[in-house]
Amino acid sequence: MTEGLTKAAARNIFYGGSLFFFLLFAALTAHSHFYIVNTSTQPMSDSVRLGKHVWEEHNCINCHTILGEGSYFAPEIGNVWTRFGGRDNPEGARMALTAWMNAQPTGAPGRRQMPAHDINDEEMRALIDFLEWTDSIDTQGWPPHPAG
Amino acid sequence: MKYETQKVALPFFMLAMALFALQIVFGLAAAAAYVWPHFMSEAMPFNITRTSHTNLLIVWLLIGFMGSTYYLMPEEAENEIYSPKLAYFQLLLFAIAGAGALISYQFGIHEGRHYLEQPLWSKLMITVSFLMFLFNTSMTMLKGRKTAINMVLMLGLWLAAVFWLFAFYNPDNLALDKLWWWWIVHIWVEGVWELIMASLLGYLLIKMTGVDREIIEKWLYVIVGLALFSGLLGTGHHYYWIGTPGYWQPIGSIFSTLEVIPFFAMVVFAFYMFWKGSRNHPNKAAMLWTLGCAAVAFFGAGVWGFMHTLSWINYYTHGTQITAAHGHLAFYGAYVMLVMGIITYAMPQLRRVQPYNQVLNMWAFWIMTSAMWFMTFTLTFAGVVQTHLQRVLGMNFMQVQAQLELFYVMRFGTGIFVAIAAAMFFYAVFGPAREQVGAHVKQPSIVATE
Repeated sequence: MTEGLTKAAARNIFYGGSLFFFLLFAALTAHSHFYIVNTSTQPMSDSVRLGKHVWEEHNCINCHTILGEGSYFAPEIGNVWTRFGGRDNPEGARMALTAWMNAQPTGAPGRRQMPAHDINDEEMRALIDFLEWTDSIDTQGWPPHPAG
Repeated sequence: MKYETQKVALPFFMLAMALFALQIVFGLAAAAAYVWPHFMSEAMPFNITRTSHTNLLIVWLLIGFMGSTYYLMPEEAENEIYSPKLAYFQLLLFAIAGAGALISYQFGIHEGRHYLEQPLWSKLMITVSFLMFLFNTSMTMLKGRKTAINMVLMLGLWLAAVFWLFAFYNPDNLALDKLWWWWIVHIWVEGVWELIMASLLGYLLIKMTGVDREIIEKWLYVIVGLALFSGLLGTGHHYYWIGTPGYWQPIGSIFSTLEVIPFFAMVVFAFYMFWKGSRNHPNKAAMLWTLGCAAVAFFGAGVWGFMHTLSWINYYTHGTQITAAHGHLAFYGAYVMLVMGIITYAMPQLRRVQPYNQVLNMWAFWIMTSAMWFMTFTLTFAGVVQTHLQRVLGMNFMQVQAQLELFYVMRFGTGIFVAIAAAMFFYAVFGPAREQVGAHVKQPSIVATE
């Protein structure tokens, strides 16, 4: 520690510098907020909003990741729509996702078990709308491979 | 213990350690599910186990921070706690909020955001309790002496409360949700909690090394300055792939790399003060936890964080077991060891005896720290293999996981050693006081006054 720096000077640098970096960070976050709303995400239907609620109600985030965030016990969900072929065959992907979720738990030996979730038809449609919408977010090209 | 009201810290420390024990139990259950996939898959699905594991950590660390603040504030402010009754009451409120959330998780009642799963009523109770705590400790400080230690500590705690308010804002747009969610999660652990960490370390070093307060407090301001200058824009390393603009890739890469510097400064700070100090404090175990905290935080938060923070590396590693490895060692080094250091330092004084059971306590330190390191290595290797197979070769997630079984078996083993070490620590700290290491201490008279 240089002798030239006094405690008062160190304190002032801390307060002043922190305020500066906070304001810069807040401004960039505000810009990112509008970028998300206007550029990187699609408009949301009511069904997509309901779907996010279904996603939260079943605590999916504590097994799965979504856009790489969450838990690492189960597959990435952000691009599950792509993985199930939804971009080429939306109806087929819908049927496959619905059937897959309704088939849980598989009980397959040696395989991690997804619990049974009590999801009605309307909620299931909404959840899949939410997954389709999430898949359309511009994520700067992540993940590197459809495997998620 | 110079001030009578420092004793309000004791129930905080006891509750924190009880919840720590519970956190380890849920951690073992989650680790078991990785090894035996059908383990409790009906009774307690993995998502509930994991929610309990992470929430318990956050709740007990906060209780530990509150206890630490109640313990040191009278000494720093040279003033009794404003209202001990309020302290006990807000602890009760916090305990009910935490326990209530934990119980409701077992029945599938929760909000669905990561780490913020507490039901709304629990969030509100946590807020009220924490505000009572802030009022109580701030009043104690305002009526007494203001030092850099207690000012930076209170600033960290107040800012933690302010940023917590983003827990009540959940936008429907998933990308917006994530954008603001990091304003709590990152700004807490890689921002304002570092203020709490640095000031508590500063307090322990002043007490145990005898180095002049002026020098320690100057270091403190430099360290917390470095922490916020790097840590605020360092949030950018979470804004690479969630729908945010591309400029976060250079900003996040640069500033989160700089986040290593305050952690390195804390290592230099702790060891330099330790060697420079004239005082030979008899609480060797507390000194060990203090130095260990700075060192492991540097590796866990600093080095393991840097390992996957550059955007072109994170592109491949994001959301793999690498993240889990970093998360475990960073929380353990920076915050778990910190609270255990404070408890080890404070308990002999709260019990009004000379430092006791130190050999056992130090064994707990070495076993737990080694086990956490080994756990970190197993998860790191698992993460490297996962990154290659899944992100480079494009193999299916479940097939990749099957390749990682050996690592998960070893990780479960390390968890058992963490549990054993924790039991040793609890016994060393709360059990009957026996051996007295430190009889050879050169200056016991100075020690007795602290």
